[in-house]
Amino acid sequence: MSTLTIPSTESTTAAVDPSVKLLKREQRTMLMLLSPALAVVTLLLVVPLGWLFIQSFYSDGFTLEHYARIFTEGIYWKTFALTFKISIIVTIAALLLGYPVAYAITRLPRRWSMIVLAVVIVPFWTSILVRAYAWLVLLQRSGVVNDSLMAIGLTDKPLSLVHNELGTIIATVHILLPFMVLPLYSTMQKIPKDLLMAGSSLGASPFMVFWRVFFPMSMSGVIAGSTLVFVLCLGFYITPELMGGGRTVMASMLVSRNIQLYSDWGAASAVSVVLLVCVVLIFNIVSRFVPLEKILGSK
Amino acid sequence: MKYRNRLYQLMGCTFLSAALLGANANAADKVTFVSQGGAWQDAQTVAILDPITEQYGIEIMQDSAPDAWPMIKTQGTTGQAVWDVVDTPPLNCVRGGQQGLIEEIDYAKVPNASSMPDAYKTPYSVAYEFYSSVLAYNKDSLEKVPTNWVDFWDVENFPGKRALRNHPLATLEAALLADGVAPDALYPLDVDRAFAKLEEIKPYITTWWTSGGQSAQLLFDGEVDMLMMWNGRVSAAVEAGANAGMSYDQGILQSTHLCMIKDSPNPEAAVKFLNAAISPDLQANLPLHIDYGPGNPAAFDTGKISEEIAKTLPSYPENAAKQAMMSYEWWASEKGEAAERRWLEFMQQ
Repeated sequence: MSTLTIPSTESTTAAVDPSVKLLKREQRTMLMLLSPALAVVTLLLVVPLGWLFIQSFYSDGFTLEHYARIFTEGIYWKTFALTFKISIIVTIAALLLGYPVAYAITRLPRRWSMIVLAVVIVPFWTSILVRAYAWLVLLQRSGVVNDSLMAIGLTDKPLSLVHNELGTIIATVHILLPFMVLPLYSTMQKIPKDLLMAGSSLGASPFMVFWRVFFPMSMSGVIAGSTLVFVLCLGFYITPELMGGGRTVMASMLVSRNIQLYSDWGAASAVSVVLLVCVVLIFNIVSRFVPLEKILGSK
Repeated sequence: MKYRNRLYQLMGCTFLSAALLGANANAADKVTFVSQGGAWQDAQTVAILDPITEQYGIEIMQDSAPDAWPMIKTQGTTGQAVWDVVDTPPLNCVRGGQQGLIEEIDYAKVPNASSMPDAYKTPYSVAYEFYSSVLAYNKDSLEKVPTNWVDFWDVENFPGKRALRNHPLATLEAALLADGVAPDALYPLDVDRAFAKLEEIKPYITTWWTSGGQSAQLLFDGEVDMLMMWNGRVSAAVEAGANAGMSYDQGILQSTHLCMIKDSPNPEAAVKFLNAAISPDLQANLPLHIDYGPGNPAAFDTGKISEEIAKTLPSYPENAAKQAMMSYEWWASEKGEAAERRWLEFMQQ
């Protein structure tokens, strides 16, 4: 959007200066090119969100009861606390797993790095539902993991790996991993190799070069990837529903339960609005440290 | 919507005049009937709906909605009904009746309901078919199989992984039956006592399932050893090769009912259709096509249902006697709704 604004010119000169005229025409063309996308966004995003917001204050007239319920009933606090807890664990796990992968991709010879990148991205194209069921098959009581563990004698009783928080976290980390690796990779790729060599030539050990030069320069990728994963995780629905065994209730599940329980869109809308406000706040805080474009993947 | 009605009328007229050249066009009654789709709708089309058109001359336009409640609510509140008769859990009928969305039944016009027990009827609806929330178990992994909810709660004598439905409906009933409440003395439910009993078993529940398909998977894959399931799902899993069994002892007998939308387009044909759909003769066709019990028990006296099939059905008198009948009227009440809300809190502790 910022590319559209032109340096302000006085209207009197605009009438005579042909270059300004040209600029204005270009601006109009750009607006026309943008308008289909703008219309879609307005129609499919802005309008429904506005509607959602209005409904959250509605139940046979204006009311604050939906919000009052969220802030007084314990289950809402518990659900939001659990949602944040799982999102934090998932983010940390994805970072610990994703950082070495992204680092390896930048350091490997090109052919190998493409293969590793493909391995990260291919599951991304598989349906979330399919991946959740695949994890169910792997982790359940008579699943591949438990059978193997018992076969090699590491445990004599099957472990509870699924139908709980652990199962939810494992599957969610797997599903969100590409969202961590890709921003990390794009940041790391841009770190000039000369700087690392300069560090070594000044006598720093490989660890020192990584820790004092490479890592600080990859920080914006870390923040970008972590924010993406964290925010996406806050709204996860299918995975906790399938892997959580019914006990792992996250905020988005509360939205659907509220529709069933109160047969009233308002009650569910209010939960959505609170979740949305949380996401906006997080983005707002993070954008003070990292420009928003960077989180969303552009250069 | 009006336009659509006109369209239906037009279509109806065209078909009729084409098919019945010269015949009495007035005889054509028609209704829009709504069920839940899938195998269930296919089965009743053969068993009940097509014969109604044949025998009673009622033309039936079918629609399906897995959850009819939002549509009932919308059609009632906008005053633009397009549906006439709905097959849905009685909770929706009773709640809809109380909110003025569902027509009250004039039982004088529904003679076929007279042979049905009072528990199978509400002021707004009649039973259409029966299913049951039963205790199912894995015969491979268990040496001693549980037969009722008392056994299910007895973790010492019946060790094994367990699952229940992630919903208070039927689960609270099972808890009270396990606690020694007699099946006919369940209602009004002692909600506090039920939740206290559920707290006891909670640590031993591996999974709280949300969909019927999930419950079947849990049984089929041996993920749990015993669980609450719908009887149709158990027989499907057994048919697919699971070494599993089930018991009707202390099962919770549930049903879907037929009810009529208030101010529907064809109110008179709707009553005729409703009466025909619960006739013993047509109801007896139902178990021949799907594993559900007839809503009208008089169907068992028609001789159409073989003893062998009858014995497996949830509403077979001998099986029904072992079970508790769910009171949807209680669940539609304020206390029932409060219990439903309390469930979420229970799950998160």
